Amino acid sequence: MREATRDTRSSRVRNRSRQGRLWPAHVLLSLGAVVTVFPLVWEVLTSFKSFGESVQVPPTILPAHWDWSNYGKVFDAVPLGRQFVNTAVMALLRTGAQLLLCSMAAYAFARIRFPGRGVIFLGFLAVLMVPGQLFLLPQYQIMQDLGWLDSMQALVIPGMFSAFGTFLLRQFFMGLPEELEEAARLDGANPFTVFWRVALPLAKPGLLALGVLTFLWSWNDLMWPLIVNTDPAKMPLSAGLASLQGAHLTEYPILMAGSLLATLPVIVVFVAMQRQFIQGIAFSGMKG
Amino acid sequence: MSIDVRAETAVPAQRTSQDRLDQRELRRRERRFQHRDKWWGYALIAPAGIGLAVFYLWPVVQTVYYSFTEWGAFGGTSWIGLSNYRTLVGDPEFWQSLGNTGIYTGLVLLGIPLSMVLAVLLNLKGLTGTGIYRTFYFLPVVTMPAAVAVVWRWLYNGDAGILNHALSAIGINGTYWVSDPHVIRFAVAVVGVWMTVGYNMILLLAGLQSIPGDYYEAASLDGAGRIRQFFSVTLPLLSPTLFFTTVLSIIQSLQVFDLVYLIIGGNTQNALQNPAYSEGQTVVMLFFQKAFYDNQRGYGAAIVCVLFVLIMALTAIQFRLQKRWVHYA
Repeated sequence: MREATRDTRSSRVRNRSRQGRLWPAHVLLSLGAVVTVFPLVWEVLTSFKSFGESVQVPPTILPAHWDWSNYGKVFDAVPLGRQFVNTAVMALLRTGAQLLLCSMAAYAFARIRFPGRGVIFLGFLAVLMVPGQLFLLPQYQIMQDLGWLDSMQALVIPGMFSAFGTFLLRQFFMGLPEELEEAARLDGANPFTVFWRVALPLAKPGLLALGVLTFLWSWNDLMWPLIVNTDPAKMPLSAGLASLQGAHLTEYPILMAGSLLATLPVIVVFVAMQRQFIQGIAFSGMKG
Repeated sequence: MSIDVRAETAVPAQRTSQDRLDQRELRRRERRFQHRDKWWGYALIAPAGIGLAVFYLWPVVQTVYYSFTEWGAFGGTSWIGLSNYRTLVGDPEFWQSLGNTGIYTGLVLLGIPLSMVLAVLLNLKGLTGTGIYRTFYFLPVVTMPAAVAVVWRWLYNGDAGILNHALSAIGINGTYWVSDPHVIRFAVAVVGVWMTVGYNMILLLAGLQSIPGDYYEAASLDGAGRIRQFFSVTLPLLSPTLFFTTVLSIIQSLQVFDLVYLIIGGNTQNALQNPAYSEGQTVVMLFFQKAFYDNQRGYGAAIVCVLFVLIMALTAIQFRLQKRWVHYA
């Protein structure tokens, strides 16, 4: 993004003087960063305090002694392990399915000519524009009719399809150079082979961006799981945490330990794939 | 239509060069690589298309239909015309929730200038450590809302919360932030801003980085200082991004659910006992309560239909107003 500074003395000197003038920016940005991160730091610190210490007035900043037991107690309060597996399976299956189904449809919209393409694309766009709550009642009805309430299918299946993902990848395919695909086509490959062997590998940055976004949204999704899965053993972590908080549990250190465990995987994914994340958001600028 | 035809026949000479250009453009587009096997097109679209039709497109139609019906105790619907909508108009709970949602949206919009300041600072030439700052500001965006709510409830806790402790140090008596009807909307909006500042910052930063450096060079050659450059180069060129960010922010804030729902209670039973419930409740929370807790599906459907129309109308108005302040280069 920023041009590499040449390692000559003059540029280094210029750079140093520039850094000198930039200190007010650093002060402001650090201040903001501290305010932003403080709640999360407080969460970590509280999760290591005993209940008695957490409600003590005046509050201690660092735990008097680091108490790991809250992390064990969470598992007693809710089936956290089960919920962890539920969440991971839900997020991974939704992400995998979306990547496959969206990229197929996106490629067809971008590169195959067929009657009715415009109309079908309008249908996709319509889904994109409607607020998510309008789908919920009938979706619930479908799950009920199929006997899928309190099941993994309920968590995964409606989330496998995405107009947003199709739209994002279509834009991506349209921006790819056409020569390689044309060459493959002239060699006699059918459109699916061209898509799978040539276009899809080129679209990897787009797929990664969609993948991390979908994973995050699925991991954090709350409303749909709350509606369809009321059995704690079938819930993902988000709904589990909500019910834990609702279950008159007032031991905040335990709640903090639970929230941290629930959030940790997403934070790890975010830190590891930050570039794709930010690209995806900047590229699409849209959410769910 | 007829005017078009006449214009075309009346001034053929003036149009030919334009026509030729269009023709060339058309041929260029024609040349774009496209497969001709239409069956492959249908086959590739079918899985996503059928899923979206069954789980998304058709449900929209059904929800609109439901909003004109009443649900019997043992399933089955009966058509009651506009009755749900008439009830809605006279329902103080609905107006209250709409007002709460409006206030929340307005307060969250105040975070956009904040995101703008951060984006401008992060875009300063030669600034080091931008990656670390970006990570920090973005952490609240990726944190699970359920966890966010737990943490903030703890910070806001009336007896042992760190916020009240800090306030008492400067002589202010804090309140019970999540159960005080007078402050709940602000308490929730603060968390809303906290969660969205990083997100908007990323959008605005992308906009800032797409402004070509030549503009600044030209401006500084003309003797424009930093401040002047900001107002006559940065702001106009960033206005499309700002517009986009505002529209998105409004659409998302009007649909706010998890954050408020969780901060107020964690589940509907719990939340209903919160004295600040009606001052905090948002439109989508009302929908959730009616549709899935009180089992008034038809009424719930009417609520989200009204919300949908409202969002569409507000977005349309913004697109109308954008001509006054958005500059497309």
